[in-house]
Amino acid sequence: MGKSLFQKVWDAHTVGTLADGRTQLFIGTHLIHEVTSPQAFGMLRDLGLKVKFPKRTFATVDHIVPTINQDAPQDPLAAEMMQALRKNADDFEVTYFDLASGKQGIVHVVGPEQGITQPGTTIACGDSHTATHGAFGAIAFGIGTTQVRDVLATQTLALEELKVRRIEVNGDLRPGVYAKDVILHIIRLLGAKGGIGYGYEYAGDVFDRMSMEERMTVCNMSIEGGARCGYVNPDAKTVAYLQGRPYVDMSDFDATAARWLSFASDADAHYDDIVRINAGDIEPTVTWGISPDHGISISETIPDPAKAATAQEKASIVEALEYMKLKPGTPIKGVEIDVAFIGSCTNGRISDFREVAKYIQGHKVAPGVQAIVVPGSQIVAIQCEQEGLPKIFTDAGFEWRGAGCSMCLAMNPDKLVGDQLCASSSNRNFKGRQGSPTGRTVLMSPVMVAAAAINGHISDARELFHIAD
Amino acid sequence: MPLEPVTQVTGRAVFIPGADIDTDRIIPARFMKCVTFDGLGEFAFYDVRFNSETSEKTDHPLNDPRFAEASILVAGVNFGCGSSREHAPQSLRKYGFNGVIAESFAEIFFGNSTTLAMPCVIATAADIAKLRDAIDADPTTSVTIDVDKLRVSTSGGLDFPVTMPDSARDALISGRWDPIQELLDNDAAIVAKARELHYV
Ligand code: SF4
Repeated sequence: MGKSLFQKVWDAHTVGTLADGRTQLFIGTHLIHEVTSPQAFGMLRDLGLKVKFPKRTFATVDHIVPTINQDAPQDPLAAEMMQALRKNADDFEVTYFDLASGKQGIVHVVGPEQGITQPGTTIACGDSHTATHGAFGAIAFGIGTTQVRDVLATQTLALEELKVRRIEVNGDLRPGVYAKDVILHIIRLLGAKGGIGYGYEYAGDVFDRMSMEERMTVCNMSIEGGARCGYVNPDAKTVAYLQGRPYVDMSDFDATAARWLSFASDADAHYDDIVRINAGDIEPTVTWGISPDHGISISETIPDPAKAATAQEKASIVEALEYMKLKPGTPIKGVEIDVAFIGSCTNGRISDFREVAKYIQGHKVAPGVQAIVVPGSQIVAIQCEQEGLPKIFTDAGFEWRGAGCSMCLAMNPDKLVGDQLCASSSNRNFKGRQGSPTGRTVLMSPVMVAAAAINGHISDARELFHIAD
Repeated sequence: MPLEPVTQVTGRAVFIPGADIDTDRIIPARFMKCVTFDGLGEFAFYDVRFNSETSEKTDHPLNDPRFAEASILVAGVNFGCGSSREHAPQSLRKYGFNGVIAESFAEIFFGNSTTLAMPCVIATAADIAKLRDAIDADPTTSVTIDVDKLRVSTSGGLDFPVTMPDSARDALISGRWDPIQELLDNDAAIVAKARELHYV
């Protein structure tokens, strides 16, 4: 029996077995940011330890950066965190893509962009969306701050091996259905906790055909499905994307590429579970509630607690509807929005902005709606400018901002106010996620966010933009 | 390694209702603007404990004086899901919690909690409901999580089995819940592994 990519990478990085039975796993690449690292560096100092492999540690600043006047946070706490990262990067000699570098951005956009994210490697970051890097055939974990300390000090983690679930999506996606819809659909089917104990392998025609950026969108939200990591097997697209990027060693690229590809799952690999999904069943999907598995297709109605199968499901629907102030049994289409947000590590890459720009020319954001567009990195922002995208957005009434996490979790000035409802291309619709304790989030693809912004209410982008089947 | 083994935790308990309580709920992101974990305790569950407009306390169980002394948290399914922020278990720890009993846990939260010597044990929905009723009827009920025997018992006579992955149980009862020393001890193997990996 062959091995899955997960097993190959796991085996290649196993240092040994710990006394409690866990594996000591070597972490090839450690990404850090300002929110979850200062305490870890503090612990390192308390223990009198150094960073074991400073060259394998890469820092950037993303969560707290303002998207207007990036380098001048008005918030003294934000300024303190930025200073702490600067000092830690200097003291411990870690590469830091700071604001002045022109390479700053959301950590999960920066890694792939720089070619730091590579197939067959292990990656850890104190951020649950680290699974994004799995798009390249890496095993990438989100970790807690004490574990950030462990990686800094030893370049290893104490981990329990995961089971692997292969999720095959075969067939053709219909026009107007995006990678975001695919992952929202998967989470809807398998549940927000369906992936607990698993790593997800995404396979089949749909992922084979996806661009690297689309694969990142899918892997990004593995954690929303409860999986600790998610990946797509590396292929010619993966190699082509990485070729020539700054951190890719080009000295013997053919050998490097061959090694990368050798990590792909064997045809007879063992899986603990296999799920098959028909691509044609996937519709543009939006959330209606407060958990990422509260998803429905754009043409469906908001669930009715009276029709819930179990008491627990009923209670969860009631709680969600109360918070979202939505009526059961009514269409999700037509629900008014206050804010539209395009950005985040899920959908803040060049392809996302290009795709939206294709459709919004000649349209205007509805009166009363604030629509903000936030590139995932400074490099994405520059690319957008070179292609003239900011003007297309601003002409249509969107605000064009600087790179960062922005309104995905609102640790910066971009926040919802009161019970504003936001059509968002980000990844989490938890209560209070976008900065207001009563703010409401409806997750969807960037093109669907644009349609909602223009109509002023949740809409089927295929109708507004004449995306034909 | 001189860590205290965690074989049992005992204290009063509080039930926090709801499934999928995420780490944004446990500690809202704005309180993560800090460079140390000190002081996070007072912000645990902040947005559900205080009314956002008036800043007045809500009827959240943590505001109920009957549960003021609780040091064991009882919850439903998928507790601690969402963001990997260790600020969540840290805030619970600093608030004064020493253990959590729930129907299930999100993995990163579980791991973070174990490393902070805060055992998280899994019980059935039926046992959680009984425990909830018992502490509601008498908030002074003393609840014990026996990590060694994997049972939860109360001064009122409840006694039921719980589960926890072997590795976490082992780490807690043998005082190896913080793995750093063991990781450091294997330095030679780490260096050898780094040499073997082409990209490091
Ligand atoms: S964009 Fe959102 S999910 Fe992604 S790293 Fe930033 S805060 Fe986290």
